[in-house]
Amino acid sequence: MSQFKPVILDPERCNGCVSCMKRCPTEAIRVRGGKAVIRYELCMGCGECVKACPTNAKKECYDSFDGIKDFAYTICLPSPALYGQFSNLVDINVILNALLALGFNKVFEVASGAEIVSAGTQVLLENKDFPRPIIGTGCPAATELILMRYGHLAPQLSPIEQPEVIAAKLAVDEAIKETGLPREKIGVFAVTQCAAKVSSLKSDSARKYIDRVLAVKEIYFNLLAEIPSTQEKPLADLARAGKIGIGWAAASGESSGLCIDNYVSADGAENVVEVLNQLENRRLHGIDFAELNMCSSGCVGGSMNVENPFLARARLRILRNKAVLSVPQISCGEEFCRTEYQPKDVCKLSQNRAEAIKLTKTIQDIHAGLPGLDCGACGAPRCMALAEDIAKGEEVACKLL
Amino acid sequence: MSESLKLSYTVDGGDFVSAGKASEGVKRTLKSIGIDPAVIRRIAIAMYEGEINMVIHASGGTAEIEILEDKITIVLQDKGPGIEDIEKAMQEGFTTATAAIRELGFGAGMGLPNMKRYSDELKVESTVGVGTTVYLSFNV
Ligand SMILES: Nc1ncnc2c1ncn2[C@@H]1O[C@H](COP(=O)(O)OP(=O)(O)O)[C@@H](O)[C@H]1O
Ligand code: SF4
Ligand SMILES: [Mg+2]
Repeated sequence: MSQFKPVILDPERCNGCVSCMKRCPTEAIRVRGGKAVIRYELCMGCGECVKACPTNAKKECYDSFDGIKDFAYTICLPSPALYGQFSNLVDINVILNALLALGFNKVFEVASGAEIVSAGTQVLLENKDFPRPIIGTGCPAATELILMRYGHLAPQLSPIEQPEVIAAKLAVDEAIKETGLPREKIGVFAVTQCAAKVSSLKSDSARKYIDRVLAVKEIYFNLLAEIPSTQEKPLADLARAGKIGIGWAAASGESSGLCIDNYVSADGAENVVEVLNQLENRRLHGIDFAELNMCSSGCVGGSMNVENPFLARARLRILRNKAVLSVPQISCGEEFCRTEYQPKDVCKLSQNRAEAIKLTKTIQDIHAGLPGLDCGACGAPRCMALAEDIAKGEEVACKLL
Repeated sequence: MSESLKLSYTVDGGDFVSAGKASEGVKRTLKSIGIDPAVIRRIAIAMYEGEINMVIHASGGTAEIEILEDKITIVLQDKGPGIEDIEKAMQEGFTTATAAIRELGFGAGMGLPNMKRYSDELKVESTVGVGTTVYLSFNV
């Protein structure tokens, strides 16, 4: 995700500890001159560093709510994780009505888009020629990781768009019909829980459908303040998504929507990596679908939420069990599929193979002379990463030698 | 004269659930060298099968990998029971794995056939009571 920076550093707050560097699943962070430095070509926006930082020096990048002034008409696409952030919520309509009270003209649930993805994936499962297991793309950080590190699994990625994009397309069509306004006067605002979603919704393929991406945590308190006003008149019935769509907010939700039993669902970076390694070794025969959530517990664990993931998950479970099983009225056709995913060769040491082999030997030699403690004092997450940095010509050294 | 890069691993016996560390390391190196993903996939599958065989049929062994610009060779060597009839072992579906090992998802009898299918060259040398050496090579 080189064009957009999912996370940035506030250098004033960074004290140069190695917490974020140690947690980054792709080793995209170094500490240089006492400050964390992100190598954006390796950043998948998972938010692990944000969660790990003891001084709140890492910040996700997202748009400001004030942007609603830029459009004549605005549509809000709330992610289902938002529903888990409120205590004693008995009806999702309360949140959807509060979003209108906040100033949006229309709401369209991402959960509705998700139900179309689920229905489309069920159809895809009938295609026996599609390589197994089919890998769900609900978590864009996991998709990015595959494209960076597991390129040959790319053909197994589901070709269906992300729920936000499908929701945006449908909501805009409706809004144009309802208002007669041209597309450019309509602002489409996604409300999401993580930097990876912001980043993927700002990518070339999604940007034309979604104008702004807001953070759950940024609108949360204003939204909370609007809730009493929704009690003044009868609630408009805006909630269209049922059990399946709501379920997408937590781990295994994407899989549960498929009505199959032979799926695997991994949440948390280490577990996702473990499953990807098993997939590479073809140890998952008989498995038709793999759901991968970079955050532990799934999207309720996203770094831009406000509530504890376990509590949010419990609340969503209650909402989900109360909800109906809704069957999408729209089928998932070509218009909701995207172009093939292209692997990214960010792991390559050099474009020239002989050169890369030579570099690898140099790295091995340097590594053999390091203490092997992976302490991080040098500013690299592991001794091997330091060896790589030195071999590539950076002026860094082991602090213990 | 092209440079050669050597990697070597010790494969522990017995612990099949977490087996695959050696092929993991090889995969990582091949990715950083920029080998085509489809070729890495073939190498990874073949090597993983060989590694697993050392774990389930012998009690572990060693893996030596040599990477040249146009060729990758893998030598898997163990001091296990050896293979009585190599031709038979090469047949699809032939296995001497116990029911317990099959329950864990190993022992489908496809390891050696797949190693042959995915490599450019496979050589198996084995002496009963002494051990087994498997050579795999790939043109890249
Ligand atoms: N390293 C080895 N040491 C001893 N026996 C082996 C070894 N590798 C393979 N074999 C024998 O060859 C048979 C076939 O191997 P393979 O095709 O990998 O199938 P599987 O491992 O599923 O049994 C094994 O069941 C075993 O009897
Ligand atoms: S699991 Fe959900 S919240 Fe976490 S990175 Fe993936 S999409 Fe974002
Ligand atoms: Mg085998």
